[in-house]
Amino acid sequence: MIPELGHFALILAVLVALILGTLPLLGAHSNRQAWVALARPATSALALLVTFSFACLTQSFVTSDFSVLYVAQHSNSLLPLQYRVAAVWGGHEGSLLLWMLMLTWWAFAVAMLSRQLPEAMVARVLGTLGLVAFGFLLFILITSSPFERLLPAAAEGKDLNPLLQDFGLVIHPPLLYMGYVGFSVAFAFAIAALLSGQLDAAWARWSRPWTTAAWVFLTLGIAMGSWWAYYELGWGGWWFWDPVENASFMPWLIGTALIHSLAVTEKRGSFKNWTVLLAISAFSLSLLGTFLVRSGVLTSVHAFATDPARGIFILIFLVAVIGTSLALFAWRAPKVGLGGRFGLVSRESLLLTNNVLLVVACATVLLGTLYPLLIDALGVGKISVGPPYFNAVFVPVMSPILFLMGAAPFARWKEASIPEIARTVRWAMLAAALVAIALPLLYGQWSALTALGILLAAWVTFTTLTAFVQRVQHTRAGQSFASAALKQPRSFVGMCIAHFGIAVFVIGVTMVNSFQDEKDIKMAPGETVNVAGYSFTFNGVKSVQGPNYTAAQGDFDLAVNGKFQRKMNPEKRNYASSGMPMTEAAIDAGFLRDVYVSLGEPIDRDRPEAEWAVRVYYKPFVDWIWAGCVLMALGGLLALLDRRYRAKSRASASVKIPAGTQQA
Amino acid sequence: MKSRHKKLALIGGAVAIIGIIAALVLNALNSNIALYITPTEVAAGKAPKDKLFRIGGLVKDGSIQRQADGVTISFAITDTEKEIPVHYKGILPDLFKEGKGAVAQGKLTAEGTFMATEVLAKHDENYMPPEAAKAVDDAQARAAGKHVSPSSSGDKPKASY
Repeated sequence: MIPELGHFALILAVLVALILGTLPLLGAHSNRQAWVALARPATSALALLVTFSFACLTQSFVTSDFSVLYVAQHSNSLLPLQYRVAAVWGGHEGSLLLWMLMLTWWAFAVAMLSRQLPEAMVARVLGTLGLVAFGFLLFILITSSPFERLLPAAAEGKDLNPLLQDFGLVIHPPLLYMGYVGFSVAFAFAIAALLSGQLDAAWARWSRPWTTAAWVFLTLGIAMGSWWAYYELGWGGWWFWDPVENASFMPWLIGTALIHSLAVTEKRGSFKNWTVLLAISAFSLSLLGTFLVRSGVLTSVHAFATDPARGIFILIFLVAVIGTSLALFAWRAPKVGLGGRFGLVSRESLLLTNNVLLVVACATVLLGTLYPLLIDALGVGKISVGPPYFNAVFVPVMSPILFLMGAAPFARWKEASIPEIARTVRWAMLAAALVAIALPLLYGQWSALTALGILLAAWVTFTTLTAFVQRVQHTRAGQSFASAALKQPRSFVGMCIAHFGIAVFVIGVTMVNSFQDEKDIKMAPGETVNVAGYSFTFNGVKSVQGPNYTAAQGDFDLAVNGKFQRKMNPEKRNYASSGMPMTEAAIDAGFLRDVYVSLGEPIDRDRPEAEWAVRVYYKPFVDWIWAGCVLMALGGLLALLDRRYRAKSRASASVKIPAGTQQA
Repeated sequence: MKSRHKKLALIGGAVAIIGIIAALVLNALNSNIALYITPTEVAAGKAPKDKLFRIGGLVKDGSIQRQADGVTISFAITDTEKEIPVHYKGILPDLFKEGKGAVAQGKLTAEGTFMATEVLAKHDENYMPPEAAKAVDDAQARAAGKHVSPSSSGDKPKASY
């Protein structure tokens, strides 16, 4: 009964979405107040219906109702409760419903927090979101309903993929989807601007906090996925340039460009067309990501065995959304106009350069991701584009971005002078150069690439610090430095923290790539292996019983200079229901390094008490990678809470509603 | 600077940057593409020499052997028609199993052994890398064409659900 109610709610939701996607838009166009006024109640109804439907599916998982096909495929009665709940989005159908849920909640948040906006604008924004929701709901109902029955009911569920039975799964997809879907709001604002032909500083101020909020979620979602891969997959890597990773990274790159472009549009009225185009691109790339993951066209660690009909539906949807919005853009953009003029050297021009470079970076990722598909479609053969391509292209494109990032805050709007900027940052440059020479030497090996990474990270750090101190000095007016520092606007402090986060991230990437050490080795009980000054003594394995798996648990002693530090217990699990093996690495995390042990396989399957293949890693500064991402997200959050959004519109409170969603 | 000169400088700069980036991308793409070659094609001598490529297929039953050092493994990848011996040093992914699909990247030695630098992993037990599936499907299609009677698809990768 409950699954049928959920299904029925989805069908009603399609109808509501259709109303939301048509009447308010027409009403705004032909100035019919009654239709315009429909937008908010329809949005609320949509959110309510989809939330109810999602709750029904969750209920089926919690009670292990194996007469529902999707539940039988992705859950198991032995599965602990928290994973039964997370299993709701452990497969294709449920994750689409989660996507949908996020979309309606974003729309609901817009409806609630947009009292300051003109009614016609609200109707256009919510109407656009309604159209997107309509497409996705149709997709769910036609090709991927999670409520299909399995008769007779299965006696036991197939179980959730063991890789997904982890805290990471509980929060990675919701965070990522919040980010992905959040760009739909920026997209809807852009479409609304095109439809109305009105794009001014006020528009930029309204859409800015929404874009930043989506970007914050996306940043955290990507970082979470990367961290999860690092500790859960047992390969010790944090980024693989996997097509699906790329699919989440592309909207991030464009989203980052969009945030900065919006800032210029708000402050100077420039880049209007560009901003709109970026907003359309960010959401289109989110959709493309969904298509790539869901259609099974790619070889990826994320790929599910899928039904081609789904891929075709999403492709059609993708083409419809991108095609319509680009056509609208071509038709209406001249009306929106380019906005203010600026000099060849100015803060605008530096930001624009970085924007273009971010788009170029995104384009190279897109090329590397789609190239194999293109070649395949042409029938020339099957190829793969490996990580070396991305690394080779990314370093040269990102380096100027980081350099300009340090310099841009010192450039004046409209017209800046290079000698003046150079004078201001000369100490930062000198300090960065010194660090870049010294730090790699301290680690025993100097190489140009390592030095470049450190140089850029130090440069960003010192210039950001200089910008902050300079601004505090300017606004001090007799107060103490500390109290003036505390009174800086949150958006400025947020920018400094986010830029500092980039520096921390770059240090992490540079150090771990330059100085990591790894060994794959056969170890018998009693043997010791040394990696980068750490010694690991293997004391054998013992059998351990988990709630729904049995594991061989290794026992290692970690020592430095002969001094015992701690025990490390990596596991090789075998999940009862699926028979799937899984590696659980043991990680000793530290501020300056991680050390990492994982079990491969027993050399002789019949004698697990004897030798094992073991993988040992030393990873300097690896946690800085995720710490940097968290700082970026924190910076975004602070910017979001800036007073001016609260004074002029209540949009800043937007963060409250999404935050509550994480308990789902 | 006059505004016309400014514009010229801007356009010139943009063209130069785009040129550099395009050269970079093409160069990187050119040297980092790995072709997919099926075991049958490798056996027919169609594999590139001294260049990375990928092979896909099934891990042959009973072919996995561990060398004395414990971490060098040899196995055979087959498309049910032809098989290629593979060497790999390192820890294999969890879902690497005999009789299951796998994709390996590496180079071919003069003796015809594939020295893999990477063996591809996957998240989902039932998921078959499309390249591996294609290699097997092609081989079976050829086999079916020869024997007229359609072969039973015992080995054939099945869709998940």
